[in-house]
Amino acid sequence: MKKMSKRKKMDYIAGYTMIFPLVLGLGVFYFYPIFRVFYDSFHEVGAFNKSKWVGLQNYVTMFHDKTMWQALFNTFRYVIVIVPAVIILALLLAVFLNMKIKGKAFFRVVYFIPAITMSAAVAMIWRWMFNGDYGLINYILNLFGIKSIRFLSNPNLAWISICVVTIWSNVGYNMIILLAGIQGISKSYYEAASMDGAGSIRQFFTITLPLITPTLFFVLVTTLIGTFQTFDTIYMMISKTGLAMAASESMVVYFYKNAFEFSKKGYASALAIFLFVIIMIITAVQMKLQKKWVNYE
Amino acid sequence: MKRKKNGSHVIVFIILALCMVVTLLPFIWMVLTSLKTQSEAVTIPLQILPNKLLFSNYVSVFKKIPFAKMYLNTIISTAVVVSVQVILCSMAAYAFGRIKFPGRNAIFGALLAVLMVPYSFFILPQYLMIQKMGLLNTIPALFIPGLFSAFGTFLMRQFFMALPNDLEDAARIDGCNHFMIFTKIMFPLVKPGVVALAILTLRSAWNDLMWPMIVNTSPEKMTLSAGLSFLQGQYSTDYPIMMAGAVLAVLPLLVLFAVFQKQFIEGIALQGIKG
Repeated sequence: MKKMSKRKKMDYIAGYTMIFPLVLGLGVFYFYPIFRVFYDSFHEVGAFNKSKWVGLQNYVTMFHDKTMWQALFNTFRYVIVIVPAVIILALLLAVFLNMKIKGKAFFRVVYFIPAITMSAAVAMIWRWMFNGDYGLINYILNLFGIKSIRFLSNPNLAWISICVVTIWSNVGYNMIILLAGIQGISKSYYEAASMDGAGSIRQFFTITLPLITPTLFFVLVTTLIGTFQTFDTIYMMISKTGLAMAASESMVVYFYKNAFEFSKKGYASALAIFLFVIIMIITAVQMKLQKKWVNYE
Repeated sequence: MKRKKNGSHVIVFIILALCMVVTLLPFIWMVLTSLKTQSEAVTIPLQILPNKLLFSNYVSVFKKIPFAKMYLNTIISTAVVVSVQVILCSMAAYAFGRIKFPGRNAIFGALLAVLMVPYSFFILPQYLMIQKMGLLNTIPALFIPGLFSAFGTFLMRQFFMALPNDLEDAARIDGCNHFMIFTKIMFPLVKPGVVALAILTLRSAWNDLMWPMIVNTSPEKMTLSAGLSFLQGQYSTDYPIMMAGAVLAVLPLLVLFAVFQKQFIEGIALQGIKG
């Protein structure tokens, strides 16, 4: 009995010691910030970080801020276009790469390349490709007799260009995850379906799609959260002063500007909280809805 | 019947090949532009190939901005983040997954809460802390918050929990304590998890833009991604030099990927399965 309790004591010591460095670091750099953001959102944090209690003023300002609503609208527009496009394309490519196609291992490697390419570099390359005068894309359009388009300075087109680049960057990454999910499905299901005479399209809808829903759900949630926080591409591709910026900046870009360019840290904190609340609500809805469509065996 | 199947395979192959072109075209264009003179890059009608391969843009990048320093900063901060994060997360994950101690589940639950919070939420207070510590424009500023990861701990815990109990029981009978079991027996067994976590962390640490850009504003202390943003700001119309910078910034990970393809792809794929 005494020996047992000594062993337990040793377990406790080992347990606490092993989690200590991580828990300390997460506490300081990730837990404390959560409270700090709330605190700051009720303050006006000026130069030298002198903070003054302003109550709900930052929130009142935020809900009257037209630029914020525009940024929120832009963000939702990105989510609505990018998330379905990424998932459908990734799923399609994953299904194709699961077939007996020549060179599929090579294709898989190629599609994955954007996933390990620095987003700042990706944005720089595409900014050059979209160039209104010397861009490769306009060159190709000219070949077909279409006049050059100012993709990145036209407020109606800039956000679409951002969508194109974001989709291009994210398809390969999600394709890899979905392909692993598809490959995890037991071959016997397909054999049985073939015996019953089901064609490959029928097999996709009756076997692949239902069985891959847990992976699909994971991809959906992560892509959604990632797209809500689009920053790098917009920051690197759209000129900061032009009209296109207002029509394409996301909530995170607007947050960044307030926090680090206008030095309105209190206001930026309120923006961060608002975005967090929106993401939480959408994730919660996802979690609720998943019961309706995700199959866990 | 057979012909029909071949027909659909040909269509799929064509679609895949087209997607490959769309995927590779920006990279090809980046490399081609980086080998041109400025006037070759901005002629109308467009000139696809350079007259002769010009490598001086690659030299210019190092002369015009402190690119070598940026390289070094990125390598150091990425190496520190990857190695420290793997060690801290594995150690904590082992404790959370395999040792019973009071408050274990409560602490782990709180840790999971961090996973749900978007990064933009942490970044401002983290910046203020780094500022208060007097670390702005230093190398440690680049890596400090990245050393700790709730996600990494969650991922590694899944691996430790999947290991059988017999190994541990046998080791305990032989008189091993938890530290010995962790370092000698368990850690080597979760190597696939370690590789996956290392790759995921490597990818995000190397490519991250916002954090390094806000903490280090002096070019000598920047990482490559922030350096590219700086380069674009300084030489916004000198496309060959910008493209040379982009090639150099993405090359190391592409080379690593070429060597460790299997590990990269499995590392990413694993998230959907374990997550």
